[in-house]
Amino acid sequence: MTQKEFLNIVMPFKDKVFRLAKRLLISTEEAEDATQEVLMKLWNNKEKIEDYKNVEAFSMTMTKNFCFDKLKSKQSQNLKIVHSNYEDNNTSLQKQVELNDSVHWVSRIIEELPEQQRMVIQLRDIEEYDLDEIANMLDMNNTAVRANLSRARKTIREKLTNTHSYGIK
Amino acid sequence: MVLNNIEKLLEKYENGETSLKEEQQLKNYFSQETVAPHLEIYKPMFAYFLVNQQEQFTKHVPLNTKKVFNYKWISVAAVAVLMLGIYLKSTINNDLGTIQDPELAFNEVSKSLEMISKTFNKGTSTLGYLEEYGKGASTLEYLNEIEKGTSIIFKKNQ
Repeated sequence: MTQKEFLNIVMPFKDKVFRLAKRLLISTEEAEDATQEVLMKLWNNKEKIEDYKNVEAFSMTMTKNFCFDKLKSKQSQNLKIVHSNYEDNNTSLQKQVELNDSVHWVSRIIEELPEQQRMVIQLRDIEEYDLDEIANMLDMNNTAVRANLSRARKTIREKLTNTHSYGIK
Repeated sequence: MVLNNIEKLLEKYENGETSLKEEQQLKNYFSQETVAPHLEIYKPMFAYFLVNQQEQFTKHVPLNTKKVFNYKWISVAAVAVLMLGIYLKSTINNDLGTIQDPELAFNEVSKSLEMISKTFNKGTSTLGYLEEYGKGASTLEYLNEIEKGTSIIFKKNQ
């Protein structure tokens, strides 16, 4: 497999890998490193790529596992991931959005969610994957994905309502 | 009517029961300038999703092809060399030709056997010296006799 063929396969979903990594690791730098690592692993195993039924789903699972490993090793080292980029670097885009501050709140609320819910929200509401695909990627069953999704959405809505009314009262 | 529909969809949405198409509908609705006031809270949520869809990975990934040296070719080469060696050796040693005519073959065989016996006889003729040696050794027997005699003498003296 040549580099070009490989890139043709990988290009469509490399951003998704990056966004999932960022959702889990929070820091942009960490997520970039993780994405790079995942892509390098894919490249090194490029001979086997043709055997995989769904390279994209496989890569997402790989990303998930890689990020979990990373988080675990951080935890054992007693280090917190430093995310200096709390303000997303796409502020210019956010500025176009009417409720800039509230959007920022959403990102904070999602960061506080448990990892499973964060991943499900990321894969469903941002990447717009099928529920079955998500179940496949995360090694969960369909109902568990649905439950996590529902819980996450409700939490986001409740917390948003709280912050909203907090501003008023 | 539209609002009613959206509210229904939102309820389904929170239970995780909406299809991707319905979710797209919700996203479209909430990306409008004005939404119903009581649904205002949902707006940042969907706006956030839309914004995040656009984030891209820009870092360069170095995809260098590392050449893995294949050790199995060494063994292939070794086997080839070995085969070549055996082949060359066998052609040098065994290429003596065969004689088809039995009479001629008999003559050749007897000739070479004759040669063997001649040289063999030459070898055995030199062994004649060994007989001489045997003679010499047998004369040494007398020495033994002498020793016996002297020992008797010595005993008598004692």
